Amino acid sequence: MTNNRIARLAVNEEGFVFDPQTGESFTVNDTGKTILKALIESKAQEGIAIKLTEQFNVSHQEAQADVRDFIQHLRAYQLL
Amino acid sequence: MIESKKPYVKPTMIKLQSGLMNKFGVSPYYARKVRTAIDGVSIDELVKRFGSPLFVFSEKQIRNTIREAKESFATRYPNVTFGWSYKTNYLDAINAIYHQEGSIAEVVSEMEYDKARRLGIPGEDIIFNGPHKSMTALKKAAEEGAKIHIDHFDEIDDLEKVAAELGKELSVAIRLNLDSGIQPQWSRFGFNLESGQAMDAVRRIQMGGKLRLNGLHCHIGTFILEPDAYKTQTEKMVRFAYELEETLGVTIEYLDIGGGFPSKNKLKGTYLPPDVSVPPLDTFAEKISEGLYNALKPGDFPKLYLETGRALIDEAGYLITTVFASKRLPDGRKSYVLDAGVNLLFTATWYKFTIETDREMQGLGEPALLNGPLCMNIDVVDDGILLPPMKRGTRLILSPVGAYNVTQWMQFIEYRPAVVLVTETGEVELIREREDLSDILRRERLPERLRLA
Repeated sequence: MTNNRIARLAVNEEGFVFDPQTGESFTVNDTGKTILKALIESKAQEGIAIKLTEQFNVSHQEAQADVRDFIQHLRAYQLL
Repeated sequence: MIESKKPYVKPTMIKLQSGLMNKFGVSPYYARKVRTAIDGVSIDELVKRFGSPLFVFSEKQIRNTIREAKESFATRYPNVTFGWSYKTNYLDAINAIYHQEGSIAEVVSEMEYDKARRLGIPGEDIIFNGPHKSMTALKKAAEEGAKIHIDHFDEIDDLEKVAAELGKELSVAIRLNLDSGIQPQWSRFGFNLESGQAMDAVRRIQMGGKLRLNGLHCHIGTFILEPDAYKTQTEKMVRFAYELEETLGVTIEYLDIGGGFPSKNKLKGTYLPPDVSVPPLDTFAEKISEGLYNALKPGDFPKLYLETGRALIDEAGYLITTVFASKRLPDGRKSYVLDAGVNLLFTATWYKFTIETDREMQGLGEPALLNGPLCMNIDVVDDGILLPPMKRGTRLILSPVGAYNVTQWMQFIEYRPAVVLVTETGEVELIREREDLSDILRRERLPERLRLA
């Protein structure tokens, strides 16, 4: 991922996300923040889904689908 | 341990648009609409019994609305009858409710005419409108004493032939089109008043000597939000009736002022919610009676017919649909694939429905697109809605969808779903079965030489 802006994102505990490269800001919910932080730490998709199932009351299948969807959303914002 | 896990909310990430006005907010939690039941019957039970998608009609709502509408007019004018507009929704059960409530039938085709007769409505209680009435249909309607409203000069010729065949003079009405001060002016139906065409039509009828004009009909448009238009229309119709009486000795016994009153639906492109933008039926009744009393001579109360459709049935109809799948579009929007689309929701082209979920939804609202099940790019139920992330299997309840959808729905790609009626006592009655392959094949014929096995 050559244009990976995600590593530079500033994410605070309340879910406010700031991209210093473009000046854009976002808001994420608790689950989104967990995924985003894991992606910033370069965790793999499957690992993030497992992490979600450990932290939240969610099935593995739903977590997998939601992580995949979240990553597609980040691509739409050109953060990945 | 499961107990220590946090409750799960699907992940969302919303871009903040600083500097831009966001008049809708970010789908605040309090603005979300949840509907767990229709007239006391749970959405879950309805789907378990009849499947999804499912059209649901509320008998209580239908009866209350027609009763209120009748009261609105009857308290202002002493001689009013409602004609149920079949094309708005001609399911037998729906028609029967309106007839039980005292409405006659207003039909615009031979099929609708036959449907009314089959239900037991006598010809004299059927208003027969429309630009396409076959000779067979005209003859049948004339024999049975229906109120035939002539749309064009060719129909005058046709009716004179029918009168000659039957050997009797036929009572008829003509449809007018006129300038009621609104745009668009519906001018393709009937005879234009201002240009003198309507007067020409009456002279033509008199000259033929086989027809007797006794009524005037006019329908100015659909989803009319300007009550004053009806006042203008009514005044013009009454003045024309008196002009006919004075110049040609014609006695007009009834005025049919059509329909076109809006329902509490939201036209696309409008900003205000329907509760604010749509005037109550009382306002229309008030303006119409003002128009009548402004123009009528004292003591003259010709019969007034109304052909209200949409305003009576739209809010009584719901469509339950289920989220079948979801995906992320390249522009970041979420697309939900529903099991109901434009095949069932013809009116989705013009109206933005109220969308309720069958459960409380957690998470931030994000821009979403609601697509139907058709493998067609046009199958869009809503292309700009903020929704919290929804799981597969979530039910959405769309309303108001009672007008025009179960008549204009298409048998295209998918089977059409069941339609049920929730009775006033909370029972659920099946009023149209879900289709199966036999419905599709019933009229098809496969030539022997093309049989594959």
